[in-house]
Amino acid sequence: MSARYCGDYKTSYGQEMVLFQTFFSRLWILLFLIGLYTAPLYLNEYALYVCNLIGIAVIGALGLNILAGFTGQISLGHGAFLGVGAYASAYLVMDLGVPFFVALPCAGLIAACCGLVFGIPSLRLKGLYLAIATLAAQFIIEYLMVHVEGVTNGVLGKMVDFPSCLGFSFDTDQRYFYLVTTLALLATLITKNIVRTRPGRAFIAIRDQPVSAEVMGVNPFKYKLMAFAFSSFLAGIAGSLWAHYVTIITPEHFTLGVSIEYLAMIIIGGMGQIIGSIFGAVFMVLLPEVLRVASGALSGQFPVIVNLFAAIKEGVFGLIIIAFLIYEPDGLAHRWQLAKSYWKLWPFSQ
Amino acid sequence: MLDATAGDDLRVVLEVEGVTLSFGGVNALLNVSLQVENGSIYSIIGPNGAGKSSLFNVISGLYRPQRGSVLFKGQDLTLLPAHKIAPLGLARSFQQVELFKGMTVIENLLLGRHIHMRAGLFSGGLFWGKAREEELRHRQVVEKIIDFLEIEHIREKTVATLPYGLRKRLELGRALALEPELLLLDEPMAGLNQEETEDMARFILDINQERRTTLLLIEHDMGVVMDISDRVAVLNFGELLAAGTPHAIQEHPAVIEAYLGAEDSVFPEGRSGSRNIL
Ligand SMILES: Nc1ncnc2c1ncn2[C@@H]1O[C@H](COP(=O)(O)OP(=O)(O)O)[C@@H](O)[C@H]1O
Ligand SMILES: [Mg+2]
Repeated sequence: MSARYCGDYKTSYGQEMVLFQTFFSRLWILLFLIGLYTAPLYLNEYALYVCNLIGIAVIGALGLNILAGFTGQISLGHGAFLGVGAYASAYLVMDLGVPFFVALPCAGLIAACCGLVFGIPSLRLKGLYLAIATLAAQFIIEYLMVHVEGVTNGVLGKMVDFPSCLGFSFDTDQRYFYLVTTLALLATLITKNIVRTRPGRAFIAIRDQPVSAEVMGVNPFKYKLMAFAFSSFLAGIAGSLWAHYVTIITPEHFTLGVSIEYLAMIIIGGMGQIIGSIFGAVFMVLLPEVLRVASGALSGQFPVIVNLFAAIKEGVFGLIIIAFLIYEPDGLAHRWQLAKSYWKLWPFSQ
Repeated sequence: MLDATAGDDLRVVLEVEGVTLSFGGVNALLNVSLQVENGSIYSIIGPNGAGKSSLFNVISGLYRPQRGSVLFKGQDLTLLPAHKIAPLGLARSFQQVELFKGMTVIENLLLGRHIHMRAGLFSGGLFWGKAREEELRHRQVVEKIIDFLEIEHIREKTVATLPYGLRKRLELGRALALEPELLLLDEPMAGLNQEETEDMARFILDINQERRTTLLLIEHDMGVVMDISDRVAVLNFGELLAAGTPHAIQEHPAVIEAYLGAEDSVFPEGRSGSRNIL
């Protein structure tokens, strides 16, 4: 080997498996992490509150993306599974006195079990029919949240404490930020690892070509159920984090509307893309906040806008989702790929 | 010919016995029986709609026959779900290429290693120690297949961006990654140009000779079939018309009649210029 082309050469397959390969991508991720963890120093309470909502949404969106984006199984019940996690965690901590850091994974597991049960129809149904079956799951769980008052306290709502551990309470936006951010990063890393190893390939295979997948030895029942369970596990974690952050939960927080918002997140962010879940969560949490701030600023000149806000919000939401479906069906993740390859070749790209 | 002695279990790797498959009264297969010897190349020919692909679907567990059975290495496959058949050592390709479009070439091949790998949600999610080591090990196996099929230049490409000829080749690779003892290929040369067809024939022969893999082929290219097969079976309207050596098949009156209804041979000269090299 006398002649060598310049470029990024790898000498082992191990090197190819490193997540951030080039010097610059590592530098960027390092700067990002530093920026993230020092955020409480320069962001105000409100900004941190928004960040916390984003972090929780990221965890939930990762779960739905595994199910819908990677495995191709539609679910209209994600909101309900968030609720299962929220109430499970609230009940464990408030009624049974279980420590939060035990209740959190338990909430995930309980939601995962529910997901497993309600995922069983996916073994027979696909597409719209599966959507309807998961819709049934949504309504059944909503009904239970209202009526099993011994656990949920029904429509009155259940009070939940901030999480605490060994006398330390995550009772401010700053403290909660570290908790949520760390868990969101962890969830992202684990999900990324799953999709680049054997179970993730089986998920994608079932989505792309179920017959071939089965002939290659992938048990479709097992992996569909696994996707449902993992997806609802993350929903349960997100639900638990949410419950202990807003400190009062009612069944209204976990309606079909929430399920659809999560679907919108992964569609806008990018189905079947890990980073799509993040972009989608950021987008969907920021959008109403931005709309609210904008309408607040305008209300000085145009007071009527405030009254219209609710209607405008829904309308803009719908328009944006339709615009994405038409103009950017691969989501923000696709834009991100284009931007990255643009900068790689810069200044030769044009 | 084969007699029913114990030693035959080793010689006959696949035995199809009186398989009948019908779709709403239409017989796609009618009492079809055949025996595939270990290490051989066995081809199935016949006009479109004869039931060749249906037979593959029965063998690989996608269709359940109304009557008859399929024995692979002496084990009855007839009632097994498709995903339980692959681990026994049986892989196949499809007539219409059925790859995983959103995955890269490497990922498609790694999926072919599914049954040889162990990682689940937990170990995969942590990607540490064992799972990492497993991923590396199987990556090496996959790279050997990439070398063998001469597709190094496309290894990182997504399937959706590949031309048809390479997709056909990749589908062969994915089946190979499973390390099957019996490989079913449904029209591996259909739609390929002359050069690609020759490459494919070479791969098939190499797989048979170097890996000692038994091959069951469906193919329309008579030159190739007569050239590389040890045994040929002819299906017509779901029925087995004849089975035997390529030579015997070419001379078989019923086959000649079914194909042309005339005396002229329908079989072109083999690739090597000889019709009866086997
Ligand atoms: N899933 C199916 N449903 C109904 N009919 C089928 C199905 N699969 C195959 N057939 C019928 O069985 C017959 C044999 O088809 P096939 O096995 O694809 O033939 P070949 O592969 O020899 O061209 C055809 O008449 C076809 O229409
Ligand atoms: Mg066919």
